[in-house]
Amino acid sequence: MDEKPAQAILTMPSSADREAIFSRVRGALAPLHERAPMPDYTTELAVLRQMMGNRDAFTIFSERLVRVNGIALTEIAALVARLREGKWLQGYCDPVLWPMLAPHFGADFTVETTYDRKRVDDYAFGITRAAGAIAETGTIILSDATTSRRLGALTPWVHVAVVERAKIYSDLPQAVAALGSDSNVIWVTGPSKTADVEGILIEGVHGPGVQIALVV
Amino acid sequence: MRFQQIDQFSAELKADTRAAVYDGSKKGHEKRTKLLYDEFPDPDRLRHIAGEVKQHVVENLDTYLPQVEAKLKANGVIVHWAATAEAANEAVLGIMRARGATKMVKAKTMVSEETELAHFLEKHGMEALETDLGEFIVQIDHDHPSHIVKPIIHKNRREIATSFEKNGLGAYNDDPQTITRRARNFLRHKYLEADVGLTGANFVSAESGRIVLVTNEGNSRFCLAATKCHIAMIGIEKIVPRDYDLGLFLNLLARSGTAQDLTVYTEFISGPKSPAQPDGPEEMHVIFVDNGRTEVLASECRDILRCIRCGACLNVCPVYRQASGHAYRSVYPGPVGAVLSPLLMKEKFPQKADLPKASSLCGACNEVCPVNIPIPDLLLRLRNRAKEENVPSPGTPPMGAWALLASQPTAWRASLFGGKVMNYLPTKLLPIPALRAWEAKRALPAWRGGEFRAWMKNRPKQS
Ligand code: SF4
Repeated sequence: MDEKPAQAILTMPSSADREAIFSRVRGALAPLHERAPMPDYTTELAVLRQMMGNRDAFTIFSERLVRVNGIALTEIAALVARLREGKWLQGYCDPVLWPMLAPHFGADFTVETTYDRKRVDDYAFGITRAAGAIAETGTIILSDATTSRRLGALTPWVHVAVVERAKIYSDLPQAVAALGSDSNVIWVTGPSKTADVEGILIEGVHGPGVQIALVV
Repeated sequence: MRFQQIDQFSAELKADTRAAVYDGSKKGHEKRTKLLYDEFPDPDRLRHIAGEVKQHVVENLDTYLPQVEAKLKANGVIVHWAATAEAANEAVLGIMRARGATKMVKAKTMVSEETELAHFLEKHGMEALETDLGEFIVQIDHDHPSHIVKPIIHKNRREIATSFEKNGLGAYNDDPQTITRRARNFLRHKYLEADVGLTGANFVSAESGRIVLVTNEGNSRFCLAATKCHIAMIGIEKIVPRDYDLGLFLNLLARSGTAQDLTVYTEFISGPKSPAQPDGPEEMHVIFVDNGRTEVLASECRDILRCIRCGACLNVCPVYRQASGHAYRSVYPGPVGAVLSPLLMKEKFPQKADLPKASSLCGACNEVCPVNIPIPDLLLRLRNRAKEENVPSPGTPPMGAWALLASQPTAWRASLFGGKVMNYLPTKLLPIPALRAWEAKRALPAWRGGEFRAWMKNRPKQS
């Protein structure tokens, strides 16, 4: 086997294929007398205005979140009660959030503010900050900048996203416009799910089986 | 051969499989229609616009490809180009070797199915594990996906439970919940051990170089949270011009594909992880794959490159529902596959030139397509091409006798009479092979020929 030094491969992907593809693309398009123009349109078309009415974004967000089997809460006490009820007593919490939440959690909880990937199965819940939410679809927005650990929001059975009420966008086009410069943004719409086996809906495939938004 | 290949396959299909495919695709189609028409005032308009946007991209790839390459590089992504499947696989292997990596976790990507990446890597001593539940089951079963969105639509829970048992994933249990939990527990440790995460892309924005990935299970997110190196294998046609266009396409993709308002995980990736983020890839590669796409672009079927792989045309297709995906002998089944698969064969086109004939040209695929691809027109063009290239067409009934009847009035009248006689004959007993094959599956309708001629003759003359 010819082992090329790492540097050579990393800096010099083959340029022969690049040239071949580019010249074939140019050749394929050359015979076209005119090219299809970009249509002028507005994404307003894809917005569910009639659903919004004049209700506020938070009301719609919680309504739509329930539709995708998510849970919207506004009180920390209610969150703690939920976790206790599900016997989810051990978990991870973003260190920035913990001072605000700690007083509400009882001694029956074990909460860590560091995440150890060697112990993925130990965390029943993970609490992280969201960058915002989308009302129309009941979506929570996570970004590299706001979410303390990608794994902390993904591997526990329960994910709690702390969302600021003022950061709820009304629809997808608005949320797209707000993507910003973060190198990773992920929209999460309800718990992880599959219907691969006989079309039967099962939640909690690789990600959380319970998705909670704590709106503050 | 008595039938065309696809008919033969369909005739031999197990009743179980046919029922699973039929129900699954029908349900998918009905849910989609309800969702689109309940929620949008004018869903048809959305499709038309989305189609125009993608057609614009396809016809301007010479501008968009360099643009997207520059953006990706500016975002810190290493960009590779692969003209063939082999080149794409070699590029992945090269990246893995350079990192001393041996373990890959793979999210679902159709391009890597095209290039048979997992097999290739395994041959070279690498582990390449599929993480999408359906694809994982296909992999441990040494099977092939039969639908582009629902890979195991052809399997029932009992088959899955049996193969889990065989592969050491617990004693036989065919409860879908148990199956899913077992896969969860097995796979999560695999992600964390892996060196490289491989994904495809649903869209790439030329404006920002943002790659958009959608999954419901969260497997691609897990790949990008657990591993240190991300490789995205992307067909060169996956571009949309602007971030703005994503609002439209994401709406259409989830609704058309799985009848959801939005797929559960929609991830926007514009480079390696942020420095402050502890989890995720420090290195990111994009491999743009041609593998026949530029030939499609040069053909008169370039419209098929608009496809966003939603699977709606499979779900609605009466032929797909009866024949199931494997009948198409290709990575892409159904109407989209009937166009794309023969074209991607390049000079081996004749091997799959029968696929475009597996259609009644009913047009349902065009009506549901979120990018409004005129699939029936493209099928006709490919049938024409097969004819022009003199590709033999076994199993197609010869049309010579028909041509004779239709061009000789006397012969035609005689045949009408013959048709009437058939109503009084025990057709089941006639020794005509074609008739027997037909009657084995269905009842021959009563002959009603000649009514139009009679009407035409007797109609009142217009002054
Ligand atoms: S051809 Fe159209 S309907 Fe079929 S998979 Fe592609 S985008 Fe979907």
